[in-house]
Amino acid sequence: MAQRGGVVSSHLRFGAKVLSPQITPGTADLLLGFEAAEGMRWRHMLRADGLALINSGRLVPPVVDLGLYDYPEDPVAAVRAAGTRVFSFDASAIASELGDARLGNSVMLGAISDYLPFSAQVLEQCILKRFATKKPALIELNRQAFAAGRAAAAQAAQAA
Amino acid sequence: MAAVMPAPAQSRLLMSGNEAVSRAVWESGVRVAAAYPGTPATEMLEEISTYPDLYAEWSVNEKVSLEVAFGAAMAGSRAFCAMKHVGLNVASDALMTMTLTGVAGGLVIAVADDVGLSSSQNEQDSRYWGRFAHLPVLEPSDSQEAHDFTLAAFELSERFQTPVILRLTTRICHVKALVTVGERSMHPVAGFTKDVGRWVMVPGAAGRRLPLMFERESRLRSEAEVSPFNVLETGADRRVGFVTSGPAYMHVRERFPDAPVLKLGFSYPVPFELVRKFADQCDQLVVVEEVEPLIETEIKAQGIAALGKDILPRSGELSPAVLGPAIARLLGETVAEAPVATPMQVFPRPPTMCVACPHLGVYYTLAQLRNVTVSGDIGCYTLGFGQPWNALDACISMGASMGMAHGLDKGRADSEKDKKIVAVIGDSTFMHMGMQGLLNIVYNRGNVTVLLLDNRAVGMTGGQNNPGNGHGIHGEDAPRVDFANLVRALGVRDERVHVVDPYELPTLFKTLRQETKIAEPSVIITNRPCVLTDDFKARSPFMVDSDKCTGCGNCVDIGCPAIHVTRREKVIKNSGKEVELNFVRIESSACTGCGLCLQPCAPDAIVPVGELSMPIHVVKKN
Repeated sequence: MAQRGGVVSSHLRFGAKVLSPQITPGTADLLLGFEAAEGMRWRHMLRADGLALINSGRLVPPVVDLGLYDYPEDPVAAVRAAGTRVFSFDASAIASELGDARLGNSVMLGAISDYLPFSAQVLEQCILKRFATKKPALIELNRQAFAAGRAAAAQAAQAA
Repeated sequence: MAAVMPAPAQSRLLMSGNEAVSRAVWESGVRVAAAYPGTPATEMLEEISTYPDLYAEWSVNEKVSLEVAFGAAMAGSRAFCAMKHVGLNVASDALMTMTLTGVAGGLVIAVADDVGLSSSQNEQDSRYWGRFAHLPVLEPSDSQEAHDFTLAAFELSERFQTPVILRLTTRICHVKALVTVGERSMHPVAGFTKDVGRWVMVPGAAGRRLPLMFERESRLRSEAEVSPFNVLETGADRRVGFVTSGPAYMHVRERFPDAPVLKLGFSYPVPFELVRKFADQCDQLVVVEEVEPLIETEIKAQGIAALGKDILPRSGELSPAVLGPAIARLLGETVAEAPVATPMQVFPRPPTMCVACPHLGVYYTLAQLRNVTVSGDIGCYTLGFGQPWNALDACISMGASMGMAHGLDKGRADSEKDKKIVAVIGDSTFMHMGMQGLLNIVYNRGNVTVLLLDNRAVGMTGGQNNPGNGHGIHGEDAPRVDFANLVRALGVRDERVHVVDPYELPTLFKTLRQETKIAEPSVIITNRPCVLTDDFKARSPFMVDSDKCTGCGNCVDIGCPAIHVTRREKVIKNSGKEVELNFVRIESSACTGCGLCLQPCAPDAIVPVGELSMPIHVVKKN
């Protein structure tokens, strides 16, 4: 359903030994919300002192435009009000400025890169490797997106 | 995709279960692999097609793919076939008799159960096909096992001369984990040996094969008793011993690290002696399996006491979070409250059709027809049931739209004499299982208007090639089916066959209205490609001139995700009726200029962002 505008969630667990691939609700260390309301949708996966990095950019689905449902007034504020530590910025806007909304994914991965138990460069290299078979310009764009996300998260952390 | 150099043996690779199976298929020296796409199994054949030195194909349906693989196995080659759970229903006719003949070369059937219905019309447990057909079933629990069990499945298949079912679930297919891969080994191909008593299943011959099948099943059960894939893990906390298989094993291990566990990787035929031995070591047994109580029922029938679905959910995915409270209740322990609050309330985000999807115009048009029942099928276009179209009334299985439509026609109530019956089916589904339904309508003089939505791709599963787009699995040229000629050949009269551009709403509406009024079968074929394929060419985008927008909201009814309401306003009309106005904008960065929304826009408020790259191909409605 990823290509049909539906809800997509992925669980990432890593360590010396991983058994169940599923994260038990209320135990995640980090939540990466690629869209504002989606960050809200999955907040309950985080542990009490977990950190949410949420793109404040919005993707409004047709059901909202048709007037069947309301988009939350401020999803990021709602997550914060629920007691969760949140760093948030508009990754969609950064991506659009770089020329392609799809770069928002690399922006958000850049944002999380300083909150993982390994250096940001490791994640950056992994992402850029994925583009190795594509056009060289794409590698450069994603490098920029990653860096911009990293900087934006650092700024958001200071503000929070 | 073109063949690439596979990673060397002993590499540790991050692989999904589907990728791991594919690697093992290549390592096993498989010569023929066939499948029809279906979530969550699709990536297996996609991935296999990138490996060198084997033949891979998209077959037109799962039954054909299994027959192709079986044919290769009769010829002595190793063969592989992959499908989703409902695909094995389609292929089951072939399956239920190839269990009698058995195979010469190894034949492995990977079947992926969509546990939790992420993208399926039902939830099923394919292991029952193993029991039904008396075939062995292997159930990996992660990507490494998906790889290793596939290798073992070929060995088992050849040793017992039987097809082997490799049972996967979405959680195995799509979860990525590290896999250590191995070398490729080739196997001599014996060639086809003529043997009518074995390969020609007429009643006499088949009857003689039945005892051999049961004898084989008995030997397979003995094999399961000693299989290295059936592992008895001791544990200090013997209050509950878990019998488990597939991904459920991981959840059990995670949640109950000190419990004894019997992991059944080779789960059918169930190794009863091993289960008895395990039962003796535990106070009580709980069977943890997805989805049906298959192992549970089998061992209970042997008189072994066990719990299972009486304390665990009857459907859906299991997880540590599900198992914890259920077992705590069983042991009379206090159930720990969830550490964090329940999910926050957010609007649903149902899947929807894409920006500029050629189906949008079809459903916009269908929504405007009165007194019509729309019989639907499996594909992206099933989404036409939803908002804003509400223009699809039934959907059960691949190709069913036309059979159901014919039945709706023949079984109509006296009060519904004038009701029009429309069937909607996509190109790939039509070739998969739809043609027979249309032939049946024609032959039995039914009255159904068929909309054949030809977008030249298996859209829902990611746009795989098929006979409708003239490309093979590697993207190479392939003979392309001519749908107009095909439906004429099935007996639809030439005057009743129309090829229509689904972006031309007036033509679509006129054709549909005309054909539904005529009391004989007709077929309307739409001819625009899926927007997610290379065949689709984007045009320059449109935007809304907000000075001109009157808020009528007609464009919103198209259902395009690029159209957003910016402002709602309630006004009282001259008639005294209150109406809501919806002023809109178009997300121009997403718009690909199909021009559908221009057509119902009376004030011409939708205008090109820049210069038009091509003339608009739309006709304004007067």
